[in-house]
Amino acid sequence: MKTVYLDNNATTQVASEVLEAMLPYFHEYYGNPSSMHSFGGQVARKIRDAREQVAALIGATPDEIIFTSCGTESDNAAIRSALATYPERRHIVTSRVEHPAVKSLCANLAGQGYRITELPVEKNGLLDMEQFVDSLTPDTAVVSLMWSNNETGVIFPVEKAAELAHERGIPFHTDAVQSTGKIPIDMKKNMIDMLSFSGHKLHAPKGIGVLYVRKGTRFSPFLIGGHQEKGRRGGTENTPSIIGLGKACELAARHLDTENSAVRRLRDRLEEALLVRIPKCRVNGDILQRLPNTTNISFEFVEGEGILLLMNEYGICASSGSACTSGSLQPSHVLRAMGVPFTMAHGSIRFSLSIYNTEEEIDFVIEKLPSIIERLRGMSPYWGSAPQACASV
Amino acid sequence: MWEYTDKVREHFLNPRNVGEVDHPDGIAEVGSIACGDALKLSFKLDENKRIQEAKFKTFGCASAIASSSALTEMIKGMTLEEAKKVTNQDIAAFLGGLPEEKMHCSVMGQEALEKAIENYQGAPAKEPGSQIICECFGVTDREIERAVRENNLSTVEEVTNYTKAGGGCGNCHDAIRQIIERVRAEAKPAAATPKLTNIQKIRKIEEALEKEIRPSLKHDGGDIELIDVVGNRVIVAVRGACAVCKASDITLKHFVEAKLRDLVSPDLIIEEVAP
Repeated sequence: MKTVYLDNNATTQVASEVLEAMLPYFHEYYGNPSSMHSFGGQVARKIRDAREQVAALIGATPDEIIFTSCGTESDNAAIRSALATYPERRHIVTSRVEHPAVKSLCANLAGQGYRITELPVEKNGLLDMEQFVDSLTPDTAVVSLMWSNNETGVIFPVEKAAELAHERGIPFHTDAVQSTGKIPIDMKKNMIDMLSFSGHKLHAPKGIGVLYVRKGTRFSPFLIGGHQEKGRRGGTENTPSIIGLGKACELAARHLDTENSAVRRLRDRLEEALLVRIPKCRVNGDILQRLPNTTNISFEFVEGEGILLLMNEYGICASSGSACTSGSLQPSHVLRAMGVPFTMAHGSIRFSLSIYNTEEEIDFVIEKLPSIIERLRGMSPYWGSAPQACASV
Repeated sequence: MWEYTDKVREHFLNPRNVGEVDHPDGIAEVGSIACGDALKLSFKLDENKRIQEAKFKTFGCASAIASSSALTEMIKGMTLEEAKKVTNQDIAAFLGGLPEEKMHCSVMGQEALEKAIENYQGAPAKEPGSQIICECFGVTDREIERAVRENNLSTVEEVTNYTKAGGGCGNCHDAIRQIIERVRAEAKPAAATPKLTNIQKIRKIEEALEKEIRPSLKHDGGDIELIDVVGNRVIVAVRGACAVCKASDITLKHFVEAKLRDLVSPDLIIEEVAP
């Protein structure tokens, strides 16, 4: 059975060019880039190239790039560094829809006596900027807001928010794990102090992340050890993955237009067809301020896990914000923060595309999904008693 | 991804008895859409007062649909007295087991069955003192007590897995802890041993072997392997030093069997596999 992979916000396929770039650095060129001999030195040169490729994708300079092990590490390092920089400040501003990498860290810090403001979002998943400004105080040590949401794809105006924080002398961090490679990012044109992203969301392997730290920003390391990354992150470099990430960033820069044209068209084709063919469904999140590859659709009166498992029978991969699939008993915190009604939240499915998806794959999903939803609704005690009008928005 | 048994997958993909019985004798609906799962169960009796037809409609995850399907299959042909004895563990066992976090699906099946029978027989007066403990999922103290008693639960997490209580805001965790303590304190003097399903029995035996028995045997260079469990007969093979030890059958009777009787069930008989 062919796999139709529409779960690219979870992880992506390593691009064949990336894999090819990495392979020699496992077995053949295995030297340590810190070594004095030229066998290690040649690897150090490749890492320097990779750092340039990564910096180029986001309009940074190479020395503003710190390689980490994942997005979560980057988020932890950024927020903890800001707290260490301003030890007298005890307040953190974040949002209710952050990824657990930030959300759980803040909950943990709350237990250590920090005051956390979790900004609410509106029905479309966007921030109320007035409320954001009101939340900033002289006691605020750091603001951490995601650039775009992993579940809905909704994009926060982080560049504007960073300016407002800066005016008040507050450092600004953004989790850009879902944005990098999907929308243009140019650090020369904004005031964001720290930015996190992860390799495996843009066709590099798992286990490699990046923390961008703007030149001049005070930084206190999270992992203390050797002199690697100029003492900002100890630990021997994950050389094959760094080299792979460099290649992936080069490809991402080249494919940015494709993401915003071809991928967007496929996403829209999927979304429009499903809304027309399936009654009682709707898109979660603002449809304009949104990543080009993501759509989050709720199918009323059915439960997401059933949809995923029936799609799985056809080889279709996606995700759900339902309680059953979240591992907890409540539906996704993102959908709850947006006030999505329970009848809708439990039946939410996120489709996230990549440049490797084809029109045939999208049409296959459009063909199969209506009968899957109909089948589950046929079993649902709530279906049938509900009005049949189309409530798509 | 959840680790579902083939039987769960099969009942999810090909659910039996979906729908509503025409002119049902008993009907009930439990759960709610806010809670994430709900089950509407209806049944009809034949002239001998046995369940002739049972149907379900379920909103919920794959294991909720499979549990409902299993339940309708299990109770067909039963008298209401027999059906009343069906426990959530029977439903889970029918499906070859459910992931711990999904046990509440089997509990929902049992509750629906109980309420549907009450609907036919005329509901008994509400037990006095029943009150909502978990506001998020609307779970009462009676429901928690019952789950703790019948499934021998000992932690808040287990109660959440079986009833959902405590799975939301978490404000009721202390109240749940108190119920667990109360029920377990009641259970002790009666020494009521819960009826174990085969799977539970095997798991408990393995656990006892691993934690309590094997370390002692290994200390003397021996070991033991569980071969099979047939009813109350526990068939084992001895390994290592035990295999050549003349006193090993005494060890089996006086140490291993005594331990298993103490930790799992007083009715167990240990047997050594024929060489």
